[in-house]
Amino acid sequence: MWFTYLKDMIMNQRTIQVDALESEAIYIFREVVAQFEKPVLLFSGGKDSITLVRLAQKAFFPAKIPFPLMHIDTGHNFPETIAFRDRLVKELGVDLIVRDVQDNIDSGRVKEETGRYASRNMLQTETLLDAIEEFGFDACIGGARRDEEKARAKERIFSVRDDFGQWDEKNQRPEVFDMLNGKIALGQNVRVFPISNWTELDVWSYIKAEDIEIPSIYFAHKRKTFVRDRMIWSADDAVVFRDEEEEVVERMVRFRTVGDMSCTAAVLSDAVDIAKVVEEIRDSSISERGARIDDKRSEAAMEKRKQQGYF
Amino acid sequence: MNVLKIATAGSVDDGKSTLIGRILYDTKSLTDDKLEAIEEKSKQRGFDYLDFSLATDGLVAEREQGITIDVAHIYFSTRKKSFIIADTPGHIEYTRNMVTGASTAQASIVLIDARNGVVEQTYRHFFINNLLRIKDVVIAINKMDLVDFSEEKYNSIKGEIEYLASKSEYKNQNLTFIPMSALQGDNVVTKSENTPWYKGETLLHHLEKLDAAAINEVSQVRFPVQTVIRPKTDEYHDFRGYAGKIYGGDFEVGDAVTVLPSLTKSTIKSIHFFDKEFAKAKNGSSVTIILEDNVNVSRGDMLVKVSEEPKITKELNATICWMDKEPLKASQKYYIKHGVNDAQAKITQLSSIIKTDFSGKINNPSELELNQIGDIQLKLSKPLLVDAYNENKSNGSFILINPKTNNTVGVGFIR
Repeated sequence: MWFTYLKDMIMNQRTIQVDALESEAIYIFREVVAQFEKPVLLFSGGKDSITLVRLAQKAFFPAKIPFPLMHIDTGHNFPETIAFRDRLVKELGVDLIVRDVQDNIDSGRVKEETGRYASRNMLQTETLLDAIEEFGFDACIGGARRDEEKARAKERIFSVRDDFGQWDEKNQRPEVFDMLNGKIALGQNVRVFPISNWTELDVWSYIKAEDIEIPSIYFAHKRKTFVRDRMIWSADDAVVFRDEEEEVVERMVRFRTVGDMSCTAAVLSDAVDIAKVVEEIRDSSISERGARIDDKRSEAAMEKRKQQGYF
Repeated sequence: MNVLKIATAGSVDDGKSTLIGRILYDTKSLTDDKLEAIEEKSKQRGFDYLDFSLATDGLVAEREQGITIDVAHIYFSTRKKSFIIADTPGHIEYTRNMVTGASTAQASIVLIDARNGVVEQTYRHFFINNLLRIKDVVIAINKMDLVDFSEEKYNSIKGEIEYLASKSEYKNQNLTFIPMSALQGDNVVTKSENTPWYKGETLLHHLEKLDAAAINEVSQVRFPVQTVIRPKTDEYHDFRGYAGKIYGGDFEVGDAVTVLPSLTKSTIKSIHFFDKEFAKAKNGSSVTIILEDNVNVSRGDMLVKVSEEPKITKELNATICWMDKEPLKASQKYYIKHGVNDAQAKITQLSSIIKTDFSGKINNPSELELNQIGDIQLKLSKPLLVDAYNENKSNGSFILINPKTNNTVGVGFIR
């Protein structure tokens, strides 16, 4: 009896004020499930998609996340990321769909880049579009944020794509208040970005506050690396092209963003835990995508990729 | 993560990009690689200054034409607060983008070039801020360096705006006037020595003091149900929770509620957020609510406190901002989205076009064109649960969707 009484007393003092960004993301997840028939969460194993998974859990708890996760695997992922992915999915009891870029390369549908800057990053788009068609997904939830890159700063929360996955950037639907228009024609699909308004620091602070587990490559570790164009590349000769004169040195590094090994540069760091990572991000003078080799191709690299169906 | 959303309005010539660039620069929000990119591009184009618009104009077409077409979202933070600026284009042909950017803003900055004073665009910006009922509006009187930091000039512009405000229906707006030079940094982040007659605060200091939570609208509480959560697992066999976001106030366990549209009465049994229960949930929280009684509730229904019910109606009077190339005409049919609720709507009357320069109305027009604002009447296929926009923003606004294209074609404010 006294125990119940105590519980009631504690309960009465408990008031919840859900943080504005978290509340908004949960609201968006619930709209997706209500407005679409076959949503899917695009999961890369990176910190943004891990954050999405936690938000999805919160949106529907105690029910399970009501859609599958899908990973477009370039085959060039960090092994730590893949191990982490498989563990997380098992824990949550959700379905994981994996589609491999390698299959399209083997069948000759896409051609692998060669040379110094070869990356499979661009090839993901084709595999993604195939998978959307294969499963008939009408909404693909992604972890892109507006603060990442200036083309993404123009992105909507519900972003309509046609059969070819194309983003018509000059003709986007206005999004007013928090009303989200998910009406689409057959063959179209919507890319949904629940953490559009979060910054990199918001994501890290959230991971810290929620005590969310993330892959080990986000923390400082020793790694064989080489330097090119003032950036630190992971030296994995099977995946990353390297000139002989590009000298391999073991350095203490971590990754700020987890894409392909071939397009993600490391940063020198001694941040071995989440508190130190948050501190480092707060003081950082280089933007997150400053370490993305795929964005350095041209000023409009992201806009062009998005027009072709990239996330 | 205390975030304040701000809308800015002004044309390129008013120095809006320079102002945003100045804020980013002075708050050290531009990272080295972004600053380097701006320096390099500015040099390439033969400018002898840093063109900060390069930081915000994200689309190829915008950079080619040197104009802002679409709303850009810019993020920066100080030690006290995080900010999101919706950078909206100022020209008349982008009125819809201005409305879009301002719709989610808690505060707004209107730029005025001190040399030109109040111009036609200022009227429009001011009008939209009033239409949207933006509570805190900063009138940034910019380019003061080009008028010798003249107090007289500042006062004359201030007087004109105050006269406009006196004509407006919306009386609760807080207007703050700041004389500044975005180019030289006067009164943006640091207090200027050139304006000893100005006793107010710098722009950033003023924005930091606005309380994002307090700006959340307080009105009667509305809880539109987005989805019903029924896990049907052994552990949660009987769990039937209503998921949604609370608007306008707080909900507490034990509150007597009315379920709309059925008008059934019940009581809040428990409030859930993730794996925990709470006694009370505050304004703006996305939570899950369980009721004492086994009543029938589904998506689009609404929980409100007893005796605070909104209007249940199949007819609406509204002011609408038109956002589509194909004009609005009386007798046309659209989908209406009001909160999480959908219905069909027929335009029964297009009463007037409102001139955004406060010069009155054009009555009984034949159509409402892109970027025009007008008064309409609508008939609905099913009753919606509505408030007037002046009393409740979230429950007093709606969008219209063209059933042929599925595009969002207008945003309405219920009268």
